[in-house]
Amino acid sequence: MNRRRWWHECAEHDPDERQCAGGPSGVKAVDGLNFDIYAGETLGLVGESGCGKSTTGRAILQLYKPTEGTVEVAGKELTKLQGEDLRKQRRQMQMIFQDPYASLNPRMTVGSIVSEPMEVHNIGTKSERIERVRELLKVVGLNPYFINRYPHEFSGGQRQRIGVARALAVNPSFIVCDEPISALDVSIQAQVINLLEDLQEQFKLTYLFIAHDLSVVRHISDRIAVMYLGKIMELADRDELYANPMHPYTQALLSAVPIPDPVVEEKRKRIILEGDVPSPANPPKGCNFCTRCPKVMDVCREQEPVFKEYGSGHYTACWLYPQ
Amino acid sequence: MSRLLEVKGLETRFFTQDGVVHAVNGINYHLDEGETLAIVGESGCGKSVGVMSLLRLIPMPPGKVTAGQVWFGTGDDRKDLLKLSDDEIRQVRGNRIAMIFQDPMTSLNPVLTIGFQISEALMLHLGMDKEKARKRAVELLELVGIPRAAERLDDYPHQFSGGMRQRVMIAMGLSCNPQLLIADEPTTALDVTIQAQIADLVKRLRDEIGMAIIWITHDLGVVAGLADRVIVMYAGFIVEEAQVKELYGNPRHPYTIGLLGSLPRLDATREHRLSSIEGLPPDLIDLPKGCPFYARCNYRIEICATDNPRLEPVAPGHKVACHREVTRETPYTVEIEPAEVVA
Repeated sequence: MNRRRWWHECAEHDPDERQCAGGPSGVKAVDGLNFDIYAGETLGLVGESGCGKSTTGRAILQLYKPTEGTVEVAGKELTKLQGEDLRKQRRQMQMIFQDPYASLNPRMTVGSIVSEPMEVHNIGTKSERIERVRELLKVVGLNPYFINRYPHEFSGGQRQRIGVARALAVNPSFIVCDEPISALDVSIQAQVINLLEDLQEQFKLTYLFIAHDLSVVRHISDRIAVMYLGKIMELADRDELYANPMHPYTQALLSAVPIPDPVVEEKRKRIILEGDVPSPANPPKGCNFCTRCPKVMDVCREQEPVFKEYGSGHYTACWLYPQ
Repeated sequence: MSRLLEVKGLETRFFTQDGVVHAVNGINYHLDEGETLAIVGESGCGKSVGVMSLLRLIPMPPGKVTAGQVWFGTGDDRKDLLKLSDDEIRQVRGNRIAMIFQDPMTSLNPVLTIGFQISEALMLHLGMDKEKARKRAVELLELVGIPRAAERLDDYPHQFSGGMRQRVMIAMGLSCNPQLLIADEPTTALDVTIQAQIADLVKRLRDEIGMAIIWITHDLGVVAGLADRVIVMYAGFIVEEAQVKELYGNPRHPYTIGLLGSLPRLDATREHRLSSIEGLPPDLIDLPKGCPFYARCNYRIEICATDNPRLEPVAPGHKVACHREVTRETPYTVEIEPAEVVA
């Protein structure tokens, strides 16, 4: 791996089993993930709804406590931290949420929304904070003149910019972007993607970019992890993943994405998956994908494949490849 | 192919406390038998209201279809849907024109079984008795690929997954062999692998049954593999109309060019910055005097501020509403900064 592993901006996951209450044994929303995120990179996390991608993002930030495993951000293990110690760590990791309507308090002005993280972390005096909010609004492409307005006076794309400004307020190094554009209209999506890319360059940010849209993830990520039913099925460099997808689920997922070009669409062969994603409360025995896999073998229904590296940085968990 | 639908000068308004919302502003289009037409646009551009107006499904008040004609049918059967009596339009809805909606959960009745909901239309429109309708319902569920159809007839909507519910909706839509199926964002709420299943299903059914389809969506990707012809709407106006290959290969309206440029592509070969359309669509209560896209247009000139261009042909089958002859290669006349936009 040619990227330098930077101690203070690396989130590391050890077998992390997060269970949600539900049923006597609990739902394994995320099951045994192992991955690193390197400083300054964007790791894309894709998967269908209910595959545990948002849970993963939230578990990294300790918004859910994992039932097993460790999360290291910038060399510090987070899962054992509590109270004040954890709060101090949160300063370097922030989150941008999916729904720009639900994630901003309708009774707070833009100014107080964006300055709240700074208040929580005791940064600056009141006038310094206001100055910083103005600066942040400018950075995300909003007029600083709007500082005393309320969220309902803004459109979805502008609200998402407010959410981005709030995440930037405490100068974090790591941001979890949880489907930041899927609630936005097509022409607004590109605005927010471009903004996130510019900010990454400007402030040397590290992103975990969670999305279900593979075209967007391809555009923004350096490496991509594909999740299915709580597990990572494949993890590889962006171009490697799209050029040479190993896991049958990744292959099907890529072939299902429509390409906005009728000439290309005419020639494409689709792998249409049968059926639906099984319930995470009752995952199948063996490989989680065995119920829908077009290349399923007997062993897949018996034993779980190991998540292994095949070629530099290309990991997958599948019985099609030597274990 | 003969003409099945002709919409002329359709205009829909909503009379609200805040003012008159100009949702659809005089649109003209047509549809031939067996043709698939996609209507593309962002939320609030009037694409849904436009087709709801055809079936007179606009809540009145506050809504009202204030002008236009909707000629539907072939030969002697041809009638203006807007002039039909309530009884007559009911004979068209669900029978000759069927509609499926975005959210299959809210468009199915949660307290009635799937079997009942499908047979309802069969008994009402085709005069089948209960037993016959049930039998036909099983056939329809099998047609849309629901496994163990006969057993599932007595299940309730919550016992189906999102993709399966959308299949049920399609089965209901097809129950009376409609000449026209209107699909309003039918795949938007679904995951990408399920979306591919549904798009595939609709294509197969279209080829088997030969109905015409109006597919409403904001997703230019889905449309590319599905539609014969595409209409792009913006702020209640049709801004461009062309055959699907022509539209993607040679877009001529600045909005269409912007939209296509702003989409990240799965098969992109090199890094590039997305060309975003800055700003927001105009307020439909207070539409600008000139071109509705003026404030966001990188290609605008003086006349655009004062005159709204008409939809004119630029090539056979290709119509554009723009004062200029713009293509993808045309250089911008203005750069628009995001911060300029006032909320």
